[in-house]
Amino acid sequence: MEVNQQIAIDHGLKKEEYKKICDLLKRIPNLTELGIFSAMWNEHCSYKSSRLHLKKLPTSGKKVIQGPGENAGVIDIEDGDAIVFKIESHNHPSFIEPYQGAATGVGGIMRDVFTMGARPIANLNSIHFGSSQHKKTKNLLRGVVHGIGGYGNCMGVPTIAGQTSFDSSYNGNILVNAMTLGLVKKNKIFYSKAAGLNKPVIYVGSKTGRDGIHGASMASASFDEKIEEKKPTVQVGDPFTEKLLLEACLELMAGDSIIAIQDMGAAGLTSSSIEMASKGNLGIELNLNKVPCRESKMTPYEIMLSESQERMLIVLENGKEDLAKKIFDKWDLDFAVIGKTTNTKNIELYYDEKQVASIPINTLVENSPMYDRKWKKTKLPKKNLIKKEEFKKFKIKEVLNKILSNPNVCSKEWIWQQYDHTVMGDTIQKPGGDSGVVRVHGTDKAVAATVDSSAIYCWAHPLTGGKQVVCESWRNLISVGATPIAITNCLNFGSPEKEENMGEFVECVQGIGEACEYLKFPVVSGNVSFYNQTKEIGIKPTPSIGGVGLIKNYKQMITMDFKEINSLVLIIGKTEGHIDQSLFARNILNEKNGPPPEINLFNEKNNGESVLQLIKDNLVRSAHDVSIGGIITAVSKMCIKGNKGIEFNKPKYFISEIEYLFCEDQGRYVIEIDPKNLKKVISILNKNSVHFDELGKIIDKNMIINQKTKVTIDELKSYNTNWLSNYMN
Amino acid sequence: MKSAVITFPGSNCDRDMHVALNRFGFKNKMVWHNDNELPKSDLVVLPGGFSYGDYLRCGSMASKSKIMQSVIKFAKSGGLVMGICNGFQILVESGLVPGVLLRNKYLEFICKNVFVKIDNKDNPYFKNLDKEVFEFHIAHNEGNYFCTNDQLKEIQDNNQVAIYYCNDNGKTEEKFNPNGSLKNIAGIFNKEKNVLGMMPHPERMIDESLSGEDGSIFFKNLINNIK
Repeated sequence: MEVNQQIAIDHGLKKEEYKKICDLLKRIPNLTELGIFSAMWNEHCSYKSSRLHLKKLPTSGKKVIQGPGENAGVIDIEDGDAIVFKIESHNHPSFIEPYQGAATGVGGIMRDVFTMGARPIANLNSIHFGSSQHKKTKNLLRGVVHGIGGYGNCMGVPTIAGQTSFDSSYNGNILVNAMTLGLVKKNKIFYSKAAGLNKPVIYVGSKTGRDGIHGASMASASFDEKIEEKKPTVQVGDPFTEKLLLEACLELMAGDSIIAIQDMGAAGLTSSSIEMASKGNLGIELNLNKVPCRESKMTPYEIMLSESQERMLIVLENGKEDLAKKIFDKWDLDFAVIGKTTNTKNIELYYDEKQVASIPINTLVENSPMYDRKWKKTKLPKKNLIKKEEFKKFKIKEVLNKILSNPNVCSKEWIWQQYDHTVMGDTIQKPGGDSGVVRVHGTDKAVAATVDSSAIYCWAHPLTGGKQVVCESWRNLISVGATPIAITNCLNFGSPEKEENMGEFVECVQGIGEACEYLKFPVVSGNVSFYNQTKEIGIKPTPSIGGVGLIKNYKQMITMDFKEINSLVLIIGKTEGHIDQSLFARNILNEKNGPPPEINLFNEKNNGESVLQLIKDNLVRSAHDVSIGGIITAVSKMCIKGNKGIEFNKPKYFISEIEYLFCEDQGRYVIEIDPKNLKKVISILNKNSVHFDELGKIIDKNMIINQKTKVTIDELKSYNTNWLSNYMN
Repeated sequence: MKSAVITFPGSNCDRDMHVALNRFGFKNKMVWHNDNELPKSDLVVLPGGFSYGDYLRCGSMASKSKIMQSVIKFAKSGGLVMGICNGFQILVESGLVPGVLLRNKYLEFICKNVFVKIDNKDNPYFKNLDKEVFEFHIAHNEGNYFCTNDQLKEIQDNNQVAIYYCNDNGKTEEKFNPNGSLKNIAGIFNKEKNVLGMMPHPERMIDESLSGEDGSIFFKNLINNIK
């Protein structure tokens, strides 16, 4: 087939991009070559709309071993150990085919981590669905949860934390973001940079089939009514093969045979071979007849663009082929020498002894398009003027019932009970806490991880929202006693070709950058998912932040359940009554306008570090950050988990009780302390100039707010635990 | 005391079991499914996981793997063989214990703590334990035990039920049954009581920082019984 402009457009390329390809090659590409260009130049692989802005994120720090640009980021956790981690989106496939879409998302991110030599030790996920009233939501939720569990459980990697939200802006575009942490010795990290000439290029893992062809291009386009027709572009996962691949790769990595290794993820053999050669400033030659194929008569075009799962490409030291083959034979996996590194700086493909493609690698990578898209700044919305009298008509108990049973607050046990969260025998904080925590096997250390997003705040004011998500992640780590180290981000947005959506992206990234810089909480990996859009409607901007921290002595880990009757409960950070964009404002007052709560990075850092100091001094019995739903929601969860009540002190503020209990001011933590230690705690907080209030005292079975309001723990439990399981059954 | 844990392709609780056995005094060896011979052992464990991806039927392909010939021989000669979760499924498929394991009643994977009641202590696994109700952890998709009426009668006549799902007081009512298993059965012996298959994972409850410590009690008692 002769290539022309229309065929290029059908491949998702723009007119001017096609022209650029012809100019760079000084000829018209053949179909295979065009396919390769379209795979490398699409948004998903090339980051053409986002690169310019991502460069502004802080990516280095004392603990950073590897920042963005590799399969995953790597941080130092001392004693020669390192944690490899990354988050990645699998949104588009999961909407089309929820089980396989979510499953292969989990499989893909685990592969990114073990490609670097790390054994995965924890999975997390951030999943977002349309309104609970929408007809597709239930099936999508069920499919996604089954898919995540189906893959992660089979791999034997615990799923230790996650986040689920519902919002009508995801009705036509759900989000599935999967994150994995792996453990590796600092001196045994593997990279994707090829080196040396005539080194054998090895293909291992599953055979190549016709599934997922153009998956990355599909992920770079908006949806329309024909979306169901895209089902064949969704890959099909086989966690069993991935488990074998994991064990086989780690076995081979124990020796010194591997020069470079790269998993075949988006754009399969194309991007993996090109990335390895590009990073090594080399050429690569592949004989496509040698590629193990699942189906007969696959064309070079199909072989190069297939996104069949569970495959790896390895550049091996000469003479190590037999040794490597033996390992892959043992694990019943395909193994084939399919090519070699060259000095041509081209990718050259052969099929039936004919050259079927020859492209200079720099045209695919360095010369890929980069756009400075137009974007629109979002003004800070005006504050709502809600009359104080308005609040008086609400009964606290009724409001609390609605808030605790809100789909975005209620217990997600129905979900995480379907994930194996205890395999590997090191999960010391299960899902449902502020962060999941796993021990570093055989040591006193533990790693905490959390994944967070706040689409409402980001939508109301992207700059503030961007900062807020990073702070929330930081708080969730501190609340379990972990020192925050670094983040990975998954940036889910609408179309970059629309100024509003691009503006949301630019300003969220700016906010993320400012908060990361201030908190010394760098970004070490991540991905961008644009075009989360059906026709003209984009999702609310949803950056998901995956934070990782270290607990040096796991016995000092903190959980949120109230521990002892008569303990004092303090709230760290100032409560000012910011009600706009709170769950209360949006769901009880039905007021959707107004600015999100302000972020004060100084207070954020100071409050967080002070709480951490209290924890390290063994002065804290339980802790929980205050997020959506305000103080009373945070405290309710601590009561439910600890099966204890609380008697609130009368607030000292000139704000109404409703505002006091439900406002969402930032930078706050609820902590439980031994009354004996109150003086010590106060002196530390005062020394650090941290604002705090005495919130109340832990009692037996009730939450007592004032003379009028008394809620039993059983009532709190019933508000919080039933919604999701009732909804799903 | 020597133990052996078999690793099948897709096993994923093999390391956890290895750690647990070693912690409580066993000298454990890992054995590859494709080996012919078992090392000399006082206890052989088939661990949890997804052997052969759970394809075809859970445990069915593993039950035909090379090492299983030796395991079956070892069991028939009176050796102690314990199958946990997927290991239980393999035992069922290889005919070492009666019955089958179906998909969970609500068609969902379940990972949580449960209580189980020990029915019969006249065996090397539970002898000398000083309590009946244990808090264990389950994580499975196919733990719904089933057998024919004739089999059930035989099982009951021979005291082959090892543990039942129950509440913290040892009540074995249907509402404490997480997966729909027949008569709340969570684990079962062969007739001779040297082979034990059970869905719960004692190896996940071996220190206070994990889901609990009842697993420690089980393993400590087990090694003392074998000595």
